[in-house]
Amino acid sequence: MDINATLFGQMITFAVFVWFTMKFIWPHITQAMSEREKKIADGIAAADKAQRELELAHTKAADHIRESKSQAAEIVDQANQRVNRMIDDAKEQARQEGEVIVASANQEIDNQRQKAVNELKSHTAELAITVAEKVLGKQIDKKTQASLVDEIISKV
Amino acid sequence: MSRAQAPMTSTEYVQHHLHHWVLNLKTMTFDEAGGFMSFNLDTILIAVFMGFITLFFLRRVAVKATSGVPGKVQNLVEIVFEFVNKSSSEVFHGRNPMVAPLALTLFLWIFMLNFMDLVPVDLLPKVFGFFGVGHFKAVATADLNQTFAMSLSIFVLSIYYNFKVKGKELAVEVATKPFESKGMIGKIILAPVNFVFRILEEVIRPVSLSLRLFGNLFAGELIFILIALMPWWMQWVLGIPWTIFHVLIILIQAFIFMMLSVVYLSMAHESH
Repeated sequence: MDINATLFGQMITFAVFVWFTMKFIWPHITQAMSEREKKIADGIAAADKAQRELELAHTKAADHIRESKSQAAEIVDQANQRVNRMIDDAKEQARQEGEVIVASANQEIDNQRQKAVNELKSHTAELAITVAEKVLGKQIDKKTQASLVDEIISKV
Repeated sequence: MSRAQAPMTSTEYVQHHLHHWVLNLKTMTFDEAGGFMSFNLDTILIAVFMGFITLFFLRRVAVKATSGVPGKVQNLVEIVFEFVNKSSSEVFHGRNPMVAPLALTLFLWIFMLNFMDLVPVDLLPKVFGFFGVGHFKAVATADLNQTFAMSLSIFVLSIYYNFKVKGKELAVEVATKPFESKGMIGKIILAPVNFVFRILEEVIRPVSLSLRLFGNLFAGELIFILIALMPWWMQWVLGIPWTIFHVLIILIQAFIFMMLSVVYLSMAHESH
């Protein structure tokens, strides 16, 4: 139980052990541990970031959908308006064309009527003359005849 | 009983177990006449052997240490490292890369040496007895040389750091703490008292540090020896409870030694 030279021997042993631990053991393991800590922290940070990005993407997608919906409604509106305009245009055009047709038909009718009147007039003169000849049984002179006819015709 | 073939009285048996295997450095023979110039071979052998096993194991883990998913062994080592690192960094606030490895070495070495206390008291003496070794004391921490070797190393380190870190402040600290005075005369009167107190404080630290560990382990070993003297059926009745209790003690003593060493080193670094 006495103190002897073992004391110094063990002090040296202790110093060597501490030196060895400090040099060859402690740094390796603590480095591995702190590296892992960093990895885990990075992983958690990345997960948080991904979560935030996901939320951002969600809101972005919702925005996109809303925008698309309003665009679609706008397009439908525009199409409707265009259809209405086209229908209106077609109606107008049809009306105008109808008017033109009616106008030309009226014109034609007038023309035909005038033609008929003229024809009738000429035929009437001949008819009258013929009737008169038949009635009178004689040839009146052409000059008198013609003026007589004209007189009659103008009265028709 | 295992000691039946060697007829001894109880006293002889106990004394036999309290003797070291001593190498006389003057004559290089195995006798106890060397006085101070002798080695306790059993203490040195066990301490160096256990230290080598521990460091070899740790070195193997350290070389293979990965920052990825650790294996079971690395996990266990990391738990110990984390525990020691946390305990020492809670107490020690300075920047010294030596403190934490020192604490780890102390903790594991003392634990391994204390653990020899749980090896049956007659086993190693019998094994070495086959090779002609007369006495063998397996518990190195129940040898004052071992505990003082560690506590004096801490003492030397703390004195070194006191001078290195504090420099001139140390003189002021030694002269003005723990008794303080506002007046000049009071300061002059109290300075020698403070000086004596400081010296006592510093000297008592390694003594109490080593005697605490030594006392616990020596007493534990002695009780194991006394239990071994009892009839065979008492070995279990008393031996098992004491062994279970001692598992706690060897761990706590290793932890206390480590923590106090860190505290002393921390005091050497900080002006209080």
